[in-house]
Amino acid sequence: MAAISREEVAHLARLSRIEMTPDELDHLASEMQLILGAVARVQEVAAADIPPTSHALPMTNVFREDVTKPSLSPEDALSGAPAREEDRFKVPQILGDAE
Amino acid sequence: MALNYDQAVSKYEPTLGLEVHVELNTNSKMFCSCSTVFGAEPNTQTCPVCLGMPGALPVVNAKAIESSILIGLALNCSIAPYSRFARKNYFYPDMPKNFQTSQYDEPICVDGYLDVEIETDEGPKTFRVDIERVHMEEDTGKSLHVGGATGRIHGAEYSLLDYNRAGIPLVEIVTRIVPGTGKYAPAVARAYVTELRDILRSLGVSDVKMEQGSLRCDANVSLAPIGSGKLGTRSETKNVNSLRSVERAVAGEIVRQANRLEAGERIVQETRHFLEESGETRPGRSKETAEDYRYFPEPDLVPVAPDAKWIEELRATLPEKPSTRRKRLQEAWGVSDNEMASMVNAELLDTVEATIALGAEPARARGWWLGEISRLANEKEVHPTSLITAEQVAEVIALIANGELTDKLARGVVEGVIAGEGSPREVIDKRGLKVVSDDGALMTAIEAAIAAQPDTAERIRGGNIPAAGALIGAVMKATGGQADAAKVRELLLKHLGQG
Repeated sequence: MAAISREEVAHLARLSRIEMTPDELDHLASEMQLILGAVARVQEVAAADIPPTSHALPMTNVFREDVTKPSLSPEDALSGAPAREEDRFKVPQILGDAE
Repeated sequence: MALNYDQAVSKYEPTLGLEVHVELNTNSKMFCSCSTVFGAEPNTQTCPVCLGMPGALPVVNAKAIESSILIGLALNCSIAPYSRFARKNYFYPDMPKNFQTSQYDEPICVDGYLDVEIETDEGPKTFRVDIERVHMEEDTGKSLHVGGATGRIHGAEYSLLDYNRAGIPLVEIVTRIVPGTGKYAPAVARAYVTELRDILRSLGVSDVKMEQGSLRCDANVSLAPIGSGKLGTRSETKNVNSLRSVERAVAGEIVRQANRLEAGERIVQETRHFLEESGETRPGRSKETAEDYRYFPEPDLVPVAPDAKWIEELRATLPEKPSTRRKRLQEAWGVSDNEMASMVNAELLDTVEATIALGAEPARARGWWLGEISRLANEKEVHPTSLITAEQVAEVIALIANGELTDKLARGVVEGVIAGEGSPREVIDKRGLKVVSDDGALMTAIEAAIAAQPDTAERIRGGNIPAAGALIGAVMKATGGQADAAKVRELLLKHLGQG
């Protein structure tokens, strides 16, 4: 079974922009190890004749017609934003460079 | 001594790879029913799905699937009988969901190619560009970066986000590496993007406007010493927003990398940004590696499995390939390569074709659209087709052909139509722009001109034909330019015994 290291948890935290203390990292690394272990038990029953499954239902091709419907007003769209300016969402600049 | 381009390609063999992003021109977004209209007020085209609200569920736009399949078919790809969407996880505020819905290991189209022709020292040569994959994803929101270095806001650094663009269907077309282009790498890159743009336009699946960002190109370039048979480390240049820039960006990267290698330095695998002014590139932000995106199948969207019947129905609707069509029209119209290129670049090929189909002579149709009408359109900063229709132009050309209008009068008619004075016929009536073709009226004017300049008339009688110009000029002036000069000349010379 794949093991998850403290470094990997720290890396994930960085990617997710979540600040974690050393104690939290220790704690999460062992917690996640336990969760992975529990999930990995599925492999014990998955025989070679069972294809990997990504979806719960055997459905394909669920589409909608290319028709527009009214959108939210900017007022509603921005109502949950922690900060706004000129009808735009205002966010701290996380990465230095502009796209 | 820094190497220039010619020196760089005489020592190093470039290898190309191109990724083109195309915004589809569907009415609604990829996974929700918000409008995709360009240029709307910020955040007026969003909903819980494209804002990534908890519990909101995406549903795939059927037209986007259809357009993606059409693109794949036009690029000679196989259409996957089964493909899935995947979540590409990253934390950057341009996607409020914190992931972009994309396709990863199961793209909708694979293994195609596009042949492009370029001019080489040995004449025209065709290069085959292999297409690795065509996959579907969604566009991101637009960020406006404020403060900090620009000093507009006291040291504060933040970004403002408009999510109108987030969720617009995007198709990414990825080539395999294109080896063996040698010094023609920049030309092949440009020819590929040009041909691709023309194909997408002919399919009607995208506006393909590079300046508006509906077609965007990333160019991968690597160098290896000629004959080494190796592949160098590549850089990826983004922000290439015109056909000319594609060519300049590839050439610029070849020179930059060659000089690094000459200096014994290593090429770093990185994303670089193209600088329009200098034609150079600079390093961009370092991005996550593919592994860091933690792709996994999108559980909220069921797989796409187009059946063979649907694919064949779509294949049957494929238009003639733009390169084939251009060759056919060029031959039929008897125009030069340059004349053909100018019509294509002005986006007037369809319009000229329509005008000719309505009976206009090819040379005249091309002349009017690329000449007078384009000139007036440039003044107004609009596309010529927004000023006047092919029908109206064909009508004016027909009136010239049957002698009812001179070129000069016709310019007045076109001006009137563009000014909204009505149809060509109505403008002719309102402005009184009819050619004076009545022989009697012309003769009156000719006799008056002779009476006013008896010496000139005498010289013509004596055989000095070029002197006729002065009298023809006088007649044209007297008729307000509405006489057919050739007709005047004929009548005048006959009258003076020289016809």
